[in-house]
Amino acid sequence: MTPEQIIFIFCAALILASALMVVTTRKLLHAALWLVAALFGVAMVYAILDAGFMAVVQVVVYIGAIAILFIFAVMLTRKEMRDRGPQLRPGWWLAALLGLLVFAGLTFLLITQPGINRTAAAIPSDVDTIGRLGMALVSPNAFVLPFEVASILLLAALVGAVYVAVSKK
Amino acid sequence: MMFWSDPINFIGAWLHSVFSGWGMSAGPAGTLVAFLGILILIVFALVLDIMLVWVERKVVARFQDRLGPNRIGPFGLIQPFADIIKLIIKEDITPEGADKVVYNIAPVLAATAVILLWAILPIAGTITAVDLNVALLFLVAAGSLGTLAIIMAGWASNNKYALLGAFRMVANMVSYEVPMVVTLLIPAIITGTMSVKGITEFQSGVWLVVLSPLAAVIFTISAIAELGRAPFDLVEAESELTAGFNVEYSGMKFGWFYASELLHSYTFGGFISVLFFGGWQVPFLMADGFHFGSALVALPGIVVTLLQAVSFLVKAMIGYWVIMWVKYSMPRVRIDHMLAFNWKFLTPLSLAVLIVTALMDKLLASTNFYVLGMFLSNVVLAWITIEILRGVGRRQRKAEETALQPAMDAAHH
Repeated sequence: MTPEQIIFIFCAALILASALMVVTTRKLLHAALWLVAALFGVAMVYAILDAGFMAVVQVVVYIGAIAILFIFAVMLTRKEMRDRGPQLRPGWWLAALLGLLVFAGLTFLLITQPGINRTAAAIPSDVDTIGRLGMALVSPNAFVLPFEVASILLLAALVGAVYVAVSKK
Repeated sequence: MMFWSDPINFIGAWLHSVFSGWGMSAGPAGTLVAFLGILILIVFALVLDIMLVWVERKVVARFQDRLGPNRIGPFGLIQPFADIIKLIIKEDITPEGADKVVYNIAPVLAATAVILLWAILPIAGTITAVDLNVALLFLVAAGSLGTLAIIMAGWASNNKYALLGAFRMVANMVSYEVPMVVTLLIPAIITGTMSVKGITEFQSGVWLVVLSPLAAVIFTISAIAELGRAPFDLVEAESELTAGFNVEYSGMKFGWFYASELLHSYTFGGFISVLFFGGWQVPFLMADGFHFGSALVALPGIVVTLLQAVSFLVKAMIGYWVIMWVKYSMPRVRIDHMLAFNWKFLTPLSLAVLIVTALMDKLLASTNFYVLGMFLSNVVLAWITIEILRGVGRRQRKAEETALQPAMDAAHH
């Protein structure tokens, strides 16, 4: 096994274990922290794939913003942050069966995909990946429309937040 | 590659060949060398951290007209080691009802978030741990891990003061991250790269502080806020929250918070120097020696590397000193003032600087007065800002006066 494979297995185990803990732990705040661990594992996988930008954005957006807002909301809203009810619903076996079926189906699809065993060609070190991503985001041939739509959506959210928050005279 | 021209990379290559000689294949040998490099960098940062305890105590003493530690060793230099021994042998207390695992992970995470930043700091031309092409975003990402550590500490302590400190930290971080990210974009626009190595190399002629002095000031202010140091130290406001998020920690766990705060400050001093003051650049020094006009004083690579490393560490220390200077001379601001200062002043100003920089950078791109134009545009922007502030202040004073007028008239009659 190459060191990269060892690191990948470690990351994958971290993601799966933390994701399992998110849904099984009884303390709400622990669930949020396990979610942070899972998201961090995903960032590590991006880093292994040479997608540094994605890795860093994953940490900034998901851990730095979303997870911290989760934790903040949890801390502000629930006094008793422990779940005491039963953790399984009556039809849990049906959900498990469906989950297994979907997993099996996806695995089957992936395995039968032609070229599943091919190794991706290494990115030449002189290719400016982040520069290309930036160009693609503002190029009319690529993603300028979704990019602008997302900007307008965010602007609308910003204006809406100001409108909701401003105190009426 | 020779030892005299590029010492660190030579040692790396030599170790790699030694490990290969022992029968390792190239992959594991490379990983082992990388791990050794990480270990050396972390040890360097932490040993530096020990000395920073001494620097901080000595400097604060001078600001407060005291002598500071001066009993143990020459100039009290051994004091930090005595401090560490004290911290290690103190009783380790976990409060009743604390969330033990989270409580114990928090100081580790706080230190990790700081040490992560050293991965991208370019210490000299040939010494950079990782030359990330998204280094500026990495800086923000590592900062958010630090926030997480403080939230965990505040929540897990099962103490209302600690929790209030954590709440304040989140408000602080979420708001001051905005001007910080915006000012980080300015070096990226001017240099055309987000790699700190590229940004440093760009500054071989003119430092970015000349091209964008306002960005340097805004970055320094938001860095101080992100560090949670005075005047933004509401996280651990002693008079209100006893000690804030770390009130329940004792011994070396508290030590880790303290040490990571100091190292964080020094690291941000390093980032201020890298982004705006040329990092490891020494005036007139190129990779082969000093260039004075056409005269060349040739130097071997090892001397150049050493000079660059010293230059970086000294500039970082100066940045750290400015942060300490602000900390020990300013009173703490109130939380509503702090947030209003950020949202109503710093954020709009940083956005204005960003727009002006982007426009001027394109307009003056191939002209001879690029540097002068960039500098003057910042000066004009600063002047407009001051005029607006003066107008606002005048209106506020007028409003106060007219509000007081009836009361004063009544007093006269």
